[in-house]
Amino acid sequence: MSPESAGPSEPAGRSLTAYLARRLVILLLTLLAASVVVFVVLQILPGDPAALILGTGARQDTLAALRHQLGLDAPLWLRYARWVMGMLGGDFGVSFTYGVPVADLIRQRVMVSVPLAVLAIVLSTGIAIPVGVISAARRGRAVDATLMGAAQLGVALPNFWLGLLLILLFAIYLPWLPAGGFPGWSAGLWAGFRALILPALALALPQAAILARVTRAAVIDTLGEDFIRTARAKGLTRRAALWRHAVPNALIPVVTLIGLQFSFLLAGTVIVENVFTLPGLGRLVFQAIAQRDLIVVQDLVVLLAGSVILVNFLVDLAAAGIDPRQRRAA
Amino acid sequence: MTRLLTMALAGALLAGTALSGAAEAKDTLTIGMVLEPPGLDPTAGAASAIREVTYANLYEGLTRIDAKGEVQPGLAESWTISPDGLTYTFKLIHSVRFHDGSPFDCSVVKFSYERATAADSVNAQKQLFEPIVGVDCPDAGTAVVKLKRPTALFLFDMGWGDAVMLSPKSAATNKTHPVGTGPFRFRQWVQGDRVEMERNPDYWGTQPKLSAVTFKFISDPSAASAAVLAGDIDAFPLFPAPEAMDQFKADKRFAVHVGTTEGKTIVALNNARKPFDDVRVRRALAYAIDRAALIEASQSGYGAPIGSHYTPGDPGYLDLTATYPYDPAKAKALLAEAGVKPGAEFTMILPPPTYARRGGEVIAAMLEQVGLKVKLVPIEWGQWLDQVFTRTDYDATIVSHTEARDLDIYARDKYYYNYGSPEYKALYKKFVETTDAKAQIAVVGELQKKLAEDEPAVFLYALAKVGVSNAKVRGLWDNDPVPANDVTGVSWAE
Repeated sequence: MSPESAGPSEPAGRSLTAYLARRLVILLLTLLAASVVVFVVLQILPGDPAALILGTGARQDTLAALRHQLGLDAPLWLRYARWVMGMLGGDFGVSFTYGVPVADLIRQRVMVSVPLAVLAIVLSTGIAIPVGVISAARRGRAVDATLMGAAQLGVALPNFWLGLLLILLFAIYLPWLPAGGFPGWSAGLWAGFRALILPALALALPQAAILARVTRAAVIDTLGEDFIRTARAKGLTRRAALWRHAVPNALIPVVTLIGLQFSFLLAGTVIVENVFTLPGLGRLVFQAIAQRDLIVVQDLVVLLAGSVILVNFLVDLAAAGIDPRQRRAA
Repeated sequence: MTRLLTMALAGALLAGTALSGAAEAKDTLTIGMVLEPPGLDPTAGAASAIREVTYANLYEGLTRIDAKGEVQPGLAESWTISPDGLTYTFKLIHSVRFHDGSPFDCSVVKFSYERATAADSVNAQKQLFEPIVGVDCPDAGTAVVKLKRPTALFLFDMGWGDAVMLSPKSAATNKTHPVGTGPFRFRQWVQGDRVEMERNPDYWGTQPKLSAVTFKFISDPSAASAAVLAGDIDAFPLFPAPEAMDQFKADKRFAVHVGTTEGKTIVALNNARKPFDDVRVRRALAYAIDRAALIEASQSGYGAPIGSHYTPGDPGYLDLTATYPYDPAKAKALLAEAGVKPGAEFTMILPPPTYARRGGEVIAAMLEQVGLKVKLVPIEWGQWLDQVFTRTDYDATIVSHTEARDLDIYARDKYYYNYGSPEYKALYKKFVETTDAKAQIAVVGELQKKLAEDEPAVFLYALAKVGVSNAKVRGLWDNDPVPANDVTGVSWAE
């Protein structure tokens, strides 16, 4: 908290600008690296998109005509340059399989995947933090043992299997929710939301289990700190000390973990969107790889890499907001 | 309080009757499919899924293939063939219009066939059109198609999805906005989820009973089961998991349909590679595989054994399944005779479908019984097409050839079996040039026999069409002579 550490006369705003600029450069470099890696990997990966589209009856001249139509007969460097320059100009190319602009595909799919991810994060945090705090406060008691036992089970559950169990229970035995698919937001907010509940739960529960364990450990740690004893000595009740002092101080590792979980969540959506046949980004990337829809895979990998970096950045900012010391450390 | 309760009950009853009323009058259908079509233009892609959505529903050709696999009139109401088999004169149906309003006449036939044969054509079955020299239009209602040589299957071939009629105005955008002459017209495609179509009020023929049809894509077998059980899907004609049929059979709400497909499932062998260049080894493999047990273990018993590259429903089918009965002792003897030592190893490449992945394990176990060690290598389709099909860098693979009556593939100069038998080629040429139907059937028999004798691939079984639907759905095709979900004759029972 000493004023010297920020530099004697440097205004706080300047260091923030420098910090943001540095993060932006890192973001761009990472995206560039991601674009090269995905492009090269897709070139090495055997499988000709034209052959996949035209199948086993195709003649050589037909394959050549289609390759030309798709722009696959150009030299590698030119194709890479066309792609990157196009993206910089906002043109993401046209999907080989669907024949529609990739930007349109992504725009449609984001409307499923982002609400799904947000819902999953809200659910997992909403479940995990109370569970972790209660467990920590009741450490060693029956409540703690039960909650942490459940969390242990949650960590062990793969999300695709959990998804199937949820379908069996809530879509078949109790026909309350759809078994899969997405009617589209045009069918109404509630109809769209209903379709996302089960997949969001399948994604959230395993994450919540991990998060709850981390929350519990962090709260237990802070409960042992001197300032908690001071707070209690000042006359605060156990409960007040817990919520006013211990929980806010325990939040940093929790928020960092939520950020990390975001990338797991993205990976999870690939599987969960397939189990629930949701037309989201995860399912799109999965199908595009199988069908060698190269341009779609390339665009999506760069997009997903970008969003992971962005979320990590936001998490850093959030951590800095919670703990002012982190701003200087960065 | 009592009044409130009564009102609530009355409301519930009303809602109940309204619902059941809606169910009785149902004239829409939701069909489940495993794979989403890559585009909706059957003239620019080979995927069966394109045809399973569009065939007969959105697009029509001069001829069409019916549920039994027979050629029927389509947009051509009749035709005559010249005695030399080189000129086909089609009489076209009058006053047909495409969904975009443009008229259908002989110029459209000329456009569609010339587009398929053009240098920049991306038609996946360009070879079907290869015999065509040109199309003449003596008048708008007559199309005269001239051929280079007699082509036995020409009318059948022109019934394929690849040969449908396209409006010159909209042909370029059919991939995303299909425009045909069919009884249904395209409404929307929500990529990744579903394709919707609706009744075409201006259809030239009989109006379909259904007012709207939705094709929904669900690749995961468990998710597919769940969607059917939950009533989200009315029919799933090619269900991805035959083992799930027992639960549907036990449930009165559903009807299980078992039919045949053209999917000839085979162990393709690289005839250019040792030891498969020796016919004795290929025959040994045929003796070593117990087809009935294989079908039971990998397809829950659905599927018909085959002895050649032809399926039981095809015209001129010969039952050659007794050529190589299951006989491990004979297999061992043949292998010894060919100099293949016990413990000899080869790799078998397995593409993604269950028939290959699950079937591969069963076949490997059977071949182990006769002293062969099989290394199983699972790969995905893209890689299969590249490594096995294009570069023929493989020993053996399991695959199902779904094209109807494709005996020609064994006659091609370069095909991934590396079979290259001059006798077979000569025989196939004879078949193509035979115009007499009866004589054709006889040659088809010879072709099948020749393949069974040489066994360039081990012929296993024809994939069954195993599907499930709501018990009240009528008029779906039982068999799959061409990939299609023809819903033009589908209705709901009272």
